[in-house]
Amino acid sequence: MHSVPRCLILNICYYHSFILYYCTFMNNVFSFILDSFNDWYTSYVIFCILLMSVVILIISIFNVEFYAVVPSIPCSRLALLGKIIHPRQVIHSVVHAIMGMLVAWCAAVMTKGKFQFLALPCTASESLDGAVQHMCLNEYHLFLLLSGAFMGYNYSLLYLVNNMNYLPFPIIQQYKYLRFRRSLPLLVKRSCVESLYLVRNVCVAHYFFGYIPRAWISTTMDLHTDSKLHPLDTLTGLLDLSLLYHTWLCGVFLLITWHVTWLLFKIYATEAHHFPVQPTFAEETDQCLPKILNSNPPLIIKFLALQDLMLLSQYSPIRRQEVFSLSQPGGHPHNWTAISKECLNLLSDLTQKLIMQQEAAATNGRVKQPSTGELGRSLSSSEEMAFQTQRSNVISRAHMPSLVKSSLLPLKALSTSDLGSSFGSPFSSPALNRKAGILDLNSPWHGSVQSPHVMRRGPKLWTSSSGGDLRFQSPLILLFVLEYSTQPSFIYTWLQNKQEQHPEASIQAVFSDAQMHIWALEGLSRLVAASFTEDRFGVVQTTLPVILNTLLTLQEVVDKHFKLPHASSKPPRISGSLMDTSYKTLRFALRASLKTAIYRITTTFGEHLK
Amino acid sequence: MCSLALFPPPPAPGDVTLYECHNALVSGHIYEKLPLAFQDQLADLPVLTIPKETLKAHSRLEHSTKPAFIHHQETLWKRCLNAWRDVGMCGVLNEVANAEEADLQWMKTGSSWALALCHWVSSLHGSLFPHLSLCSEDMIAEFSQAVDWAGCSIRAFAWHPHTSKFAVALLDDSIRVYNTNSATVPILKHRLQRNVASMAWKPLCASILAVACQSCVLVWHLDPTSLSTRPSSGCAQVLAYPGHSPVTSLAWAPSGEMLLSASPVDTAMLVWDVSTENCVPLQWFGGGGVTYLAWSPDGSKVLAATPSAVFRVWEAQMWTCERWPTIKGRCQTGCWSPDGSRLLFTVLGESVIYSLSFSEYSGEMQGQVGGSKTASIVADLSETTFETLYGEARIGGEVHSMVWDPSGERLAALIRGNPETPESRTIVAVFRTRNSPVFELLPCGFLQGEPGAQPQLIAFHPCFKKGALLTVCWSTGRISHIPFFFVSAQVPCFSPSPSPVVALSSSSASVREQPLFSEL
Repeated sequence: MHSVPRCLILNICYYHSFILYYCTFMNNVFSFILDSFNDWYTSYVIFCILLMSVVILIISIFNVEFYAVVPSIPCSRLALLGKIIHPRQVIHSVVHAIMGMLVAWCAAVMTKGKFQFLALPCTASESLDGAVQHMCLNEYHLFLLLSGAFMGYNYSLLYLVNNMNYLPFPIIQQYKYLRFRRSLPLLVKRSCVESLYLVRNVCVAHYFFGYIPRAWISTTMDLHTDSKLHPLDTLTGLLDLSLLYHTWLCGVFLLITWHVTWLLFKIYATEAHHFPVQPTFAEETDQCLPKILNSNPPLIIKFLALQDLMLLSQYSPIRRQEVFSLSQPGGHPHNWTAISKECLNLLSDLTQKLIMQQEAAATNGRVKQPSTGELGRSLSSSEEMAFQTQRSNVISRAHMPSLVKSSLLPLKALSTSDLGSSFGSPFSSPALNRKAGILDLNSPWHGSVQSPHVMRRGPKLWTSSSGGDLRFQSPLILLFVLEYSTQPSFIYTWLQNKQEQHPEASIQAVFSDAQMHIWALEGLSRLVAASFTEDRFGVVQTTLPVILNTLLTLQEVVDKHFKLPHASSKPPRISGSLMDTSYKTLRFALRASLKTAIYRITTTFGEHLK
Repeated sequence: MCSLALFPPPPAPGDVTLYECHNALVSGHIYEKLPLAFQDQLADLPVLTIPKETLKAHSRLEHSTKPAFIHHQETLWKRCLNAWRDVGMCGVLNEVANAEEADLQWMKTGSSWALALCHWVSSLHGSLFPHLSLCSEDMIAEFSQAVDWAGCSIRAFAWHPHTSKFAVALLDDSIRVYNTNSATVPILKHRLQRNVASMAWKPLCASILAVACQSCVLVWHLDPTSLSTRPSSGCAQVLAYPGHSPVTSLAWAPSGEMLLSASPVDTAMLVWDVSTENCVPLQWFGGGGVTYLAWSPDGSKVLAATPSAVFRVWEAQMWTCERWPTIKGRCQTGCWSPDGSRLLFTVLGESVIYSLSFSEYSGEMQGQVGGSKTASIVADLSETTFETLYGEARIGGEVHSMVWDPSGERLAALIRGNPETPESRTIVAVFRTRNSPVFELLPCGFLQGEPGAQPQLIAFHPCFKKGALLTVCWSTGRISHIPFFFVSAQVPCFSPSPSPVVALSSSSASVREQPLFSEL
């Protein structure tokens, strides 16, 4: 087991050396742009390069510390707020702000000119004694430092909000260099644009709050203000093109270096890793694929193992042969049993999770669900249903108009069995929901048709009319009191509002680790399909019914999930941004690969399944 | 090497090729029935004719509502803004240059100069890659696999990989889906579905059809159990990528999880993860675009032809490629042997079929395509004169499209006649092939349609039990199926029987998508 993290660490070391190399290279380029060649060897610049390397190193340490293969999706705004003020995130932000300031300092030093030092001799010779040269605060330098800190903090915030710590695995395998080259143009472009926005924000912030750090610095360091120069928290002071340009350049440099660090980490961490199926030596037993799948390693290693399973099932006949092989003494298919067991466990866990979630949604009043028993029954009969769907389809179609009509009729006319059976038909959602709502609400309004709006207000009106002597007051006062007596306090409602789960986010959260299941599905179905010709001992035969059963059950549940009224059936448009939002669409990928997996098995075995 | 001179002469005029039996093509009168033993094989395949006249042409050519309104003079700035939104920078320049306002003389001259510069630069670019100066409709016509894409009523044809179901794209930008088991013929129409160049059914799936349109790729999710004849445009997923239009070729991975799309304008071909609409551009400069894609049936390699005299073969694991310069012209078409070890391709300007063999695929050679050093000529299709009882027939020329049947036993090549000589005609030549132990290409015969009909498109049925079944779309709008009855020498490939697929499609997967089609 130890060598797997070791190889990961090796990977990361490799990646750090690459980063160092690249960072010096970037520094070269940057200073080449900014300086003439003559100043290249000054000690300042060399120190800056060292400092920048340290900054990059720290940033990449943070990348390594904060990465996640399963994104954490805040389901409500309050949860997001909680994440921002979490101590871990606060440390992240503070360190990034400091790093940003360091980068800005390096940029200022290498730029030379008016930006180089924090303190300058005053130009205005207002002092009477010329012998003592007063030192004045160089606000340009301060501005750069502050903007660097701002950018660093902003990067850290966006890192959190955009889930930049999430490691998305690529949809196709490619060599590292090609992946890097492919992402580079977009990265540079996004960094340039983002830096523009940052400069604007920095200017606004400085215009309003710039006097605070200035006063603080000048008092603590006993520096004077230069009366000849414009202070930078005025419009004329801020409209200095050279200052804006250098701030922008500094921002571009900062963002590009940090983003590239991040990108390289992503590429190195998600690279496919080769796990042996069968150990060649006894001490390697812990690193082989079945062992890793069945133990509880760090999540990234489990992900890499599943990815490797998917790749081997697709591309490598020799390793597939090892999976189907029997153990030497005893003749047990240990490899296949371990792999299939783990995949099936993963899939049935997902099934359980989805059923739980659907039940939770049902109790929320969003939809009415059939009970678990009924679900189980329908699942067990799914296979026989397979051959009758055309008929059941027709039946549900016939049901439809009557349902629509019955929602207009008094509730008593509607038998509950009708309700239960009609669920799961695609026509259920709006009309049925309303009915479910009526059922839940034990109000005196039952029997008549009510819009949900009126129903929600129903209890409120009821209590108000029972409110004793208030009845004799003027209606205006009554209304006023009513508002206060029935409505909770403002803060409470605000909290309630913020805490209300965003449906899209909660669905995303359910499917946040679906990448594992996708690989398990692909790997399992490909192995089963390959076993048709390659499995000499028939080890797959024994597990085939279980696999088919699990897949079909999951299919049923996933289908049901996509029919929940608040689940969108289409992936949202993805803008061409740098941030990877693939975790938002994982559920669609899961649905597609589940279908493909079932078809792959059935088309391969064809008639033999009968 | 095989040549046309070894072929049996074409059938007599007026006769139609009906089927192949005992290694010989049988032709006869069009209404002649198949021998009794074979009749049930083809009983339910729809033979249909879609003449050009029945298709409703576009009522209006322009796709904006502009002409319907009374002309109204807007201010220049407003017009510029509109032009910017509609056409982009060139539109703004054009608008300013053609402005009638008198007081903007300097701007007018400036923008006309800029416009001229733009034209000059684009013509320079166009001289490097001449196809870029074509308008997108001409470009599709140039690179389509249909012989007369612009004029014929059938523009694209695609068999479903698992069942007896096919889609036909028509001149009026609609697509019809015919199914042997049902009488309903869904007609697909979409606002963005214009100038369809190619179609492909998703493998290992009930009914998902990808359509290469002028501006995007549309992915239709059809419900096989639905009775609706007009699926709404909500069933179509739109996959668009800036700079990637017109799309002329599509290819699904045989395992069904990825879709490749190619445009002659874009140097990158796109790998789509259709379910999430994510795409990865596979950039490779040189060649100026990608015109034709063919994924090998074993899923290991992809042929990507470019508009210039070079084509590439990608391996589909690590996505590296081998580059193959050709001598004469661009690669027009290509097809893979069933095991993915041999690629047959043809080149524009040469009437020969080349063969390129690849080393046996195994997972251990990551990132290597493994092609042999040189391509060899396996068939010479230069013009040959046949002396028949009814006069002489001249046959031969460049190959426009080529298909290999799934068992690897028959190869059909659509040979385009020499346009200079009127008596040479477009014809489909069928070869018998064998891939192992040695590659062999033997003549089988020519296919002939009704008098006056020229073949447009050819496609093999993906799972015909008794041999191979070639579907030919003719210029008259007729779609006919020509069976080749033979016993496959190879191990029978386990192509799915239609019944479990249909059963499954109605059980687990597709019936659940019904809300898309329901009347609610």
